[in-house]
Amino acid sequence: MAGFEASALNRRDQKVERLIRWLFLLMTLLLILPVFVILIFLVIKGWPVMSMEFLFTEPSNGMTAGGIFPALVGTVWLVAVALLFSVPIGVAAAIYLSEYASDNWLTRVINLAIINLAGVPSIVHALFGVGAFVLFFGFGTSILAASLTLGIMTLPVVIVSTREALQAVPMAFREACWNMGATRWQTIRHVVLPNALSGILTGIILEVSRTAGETAPIMFTGAAFFLPFLPQGVFDETMALSLHLFVISTQVPNVPEALPYGVALVLIGIVLAMNSLSIAFRTVLRRRKKW
Amino acid sequence: MVSDSGHLSRFGHQDNRKSPQKNGLTDAGAVGTPPEPRPVAGDPPKLVVRNVSISYGKKMVLRDVSFEVRQNEIFGIIGPSGSGKTSLLRALNRMDFFVPGMSVQGSILFGGREVRMWRNVYALRRKIGVVFPLPVGLPLSVYDNVSLAPRLSGVRDPRRLDEIVERCLQRAALWDEVKDRLNSLGSLLSGGQQQRLTIARALSQEPDLLLLDEFSIAVDPVTTMRIEDVLQGLRQEMSIILVTNLVQQARRLADRTAFFLMGECVEVGDTEAIFSGDVKDPRTRAYVEGRFG
Ligand SMILES: Nc1ncnc2c1ncn2[C@@H]1O[C@H](COP(=O)(O)OP(=O)(O)O)[C@@H](O)[C@H]1O
Ligand SMILES: [Mg+2]
Repeated sequence: MAGFEASALNRRDQKVERLIRWLFLLMTLLLILPVFVILIFLVIKGWPVMSMEFLFTEPSNGMTAGGIFPALVGTVWLVAVALLFSVPIGVAAAIYLSEYASDNWLTRVINLAIINLAGVPSIVHALFGVGAFVLFFGFGTSILAASLTLGIMTLPVVIVSTREALQAVPMAFREACWNMGATRWQTIRHVVLPNALSGILTGIILEVSRTAGETAPIMFTGAAFFLPFLPQGVFDETMALSLHLFVISTQVPNVPEALPYGVALVLIGIVLAMNSLSIAFRTVLRRRKKW
Repeated sequence: MVSDSGHLSRFGHQDNRKSPQKNGLTDAGAVGTPPEPRPVAGDPPKLVVRNVSISYGKKMVLRDVSFEVRQNEIFGIIGPSGSGKTSLLRALNRMDFFVPGMSVQGSILFGGREVRMWRNVYALRRKIGVVFPLPVGLPLSVYDNVSLAPRLSGVRDPRRLDEIVERCLQRAALWDEVKDRLNSLGSLLSGGQQQRLTIARALSQEPDLLLLDEFSIAVDPVTTMRIEDVLQGLRQEMSIILVTNLVQQARRLADRTAFFLMGECVEVGDTEAIFSGDVKDPRTRAYVEGRFG
């Protein structure tokens, strides 16, 4: 490449390039630092109480001893019922918005509503849940009321993540199908959904982990302060990990220091497990590249 | 659809009405013996396009176009990009429905019926196969790419599906290359293979009319040649509209050719006439001879 010596300008560009790169890497490291600190801190503080007994027995002694089993089971109930509600509705809405809706005022209003719904603070959802599900529909404080509240709260996120997964499937595939005489639904069912599925599941799993940690929306709608029984159905109240953590760290005197850390560790463990699952999905999706 | 076994062999069944050199890319200029007009002008035409105009919003991109496509004819459409060729193809199988703002005026008769009057638009689209400029292998297995259309129209019997898949891949000159990997993804085949896969897929619809939109744009010359041979065979059973960016391709394949320019159909005529300079409009000669703009 005679005649193309690196100019001074060129060399400065390269230097800037390297600098920027390091700067951004530093920012990234700073970002994940707190996560690691929190995790390590939690493990150190909470590990001593971790045991099978802690996971699978009830709290005892005014919640200053014993385990967290009812709260663990309660959280699973709350999340499961919330998903039962938000996934079908959210996925259907996303399919409608991505595959059927034309760009008119109704669609724009719906999109605006979804964005706004996603921005509503969780305590407002809680109050809505009390008004609508606990009182108006008469579900009382129950798993059903709490899960519906959680479900409504997660709905916009399910819709948005599903819609993104659907729109990641190239338009050319749809057009090819339509040209073959496939209906919109046949196209969705045979080409779009199968290829968006991993993306949709990834979004849903991330939702699960977020839902599991929510406290405010369930506090007034169905999660109990202390209830040493397992729920028998959706009209029962239940304990939940997030609320239990809040209660024993702030409301109950003489709780041994390790106990709240233990609860927090379990909660974080669930969230991380869910997130890893969604990352695994994404990795599989990338590896099985289809176009 | 005619399905005698003679059509299974990929190259065995070529239409020999044109001189052999017309199938190659080396065709420099010699015009072979004039073809016996096998598509008979007296037959009811497969497709009648009458006074069709197409607009996107207020912008009219095709103005008052009329022509006919006969049975078993390859009808070439040439013209610079932006002259409305793709828009016209969209209108034929009513894909304008999916394009916001696109409107079609005028009359399009397919098999004697106004396409806008087909109550079952899906049946209409099945009767018209489409091949796009950029090959679109669906992210399904090679097998499913070709069996999807039959399955959607109700074929369930696995043996029958096997037959259809094999026959369509044979006729698209792809079978030998993919018969051992029918389960691999169609969207990961090479460009040239994907383009033949889309032809096989279009054939699986058992179309009466095949639309090819600049099929060779992303395809190597050898594949282009093989597909041209395939088309020569297919004209036995269907009418073909060949939109092409290569004027020589129209010359090699088309019985008649239309020249589109900036939304106008400047000329429709016998391919031989258009390429031998026997034209009504001097712009046609200029375009065909490659001195344009
Ligand atoms: N979806 C669309 N919306 C608006 N204008 C379009 C659309 N598709 C094509 N056009 C316009 O219509 C004209 C004809 O395009 P096209 O039919 O693709 O021509 P060709 O296939 O001959 O290149 C062009 O000016 C193009 O910009
Ligand atoms: Mg085009």
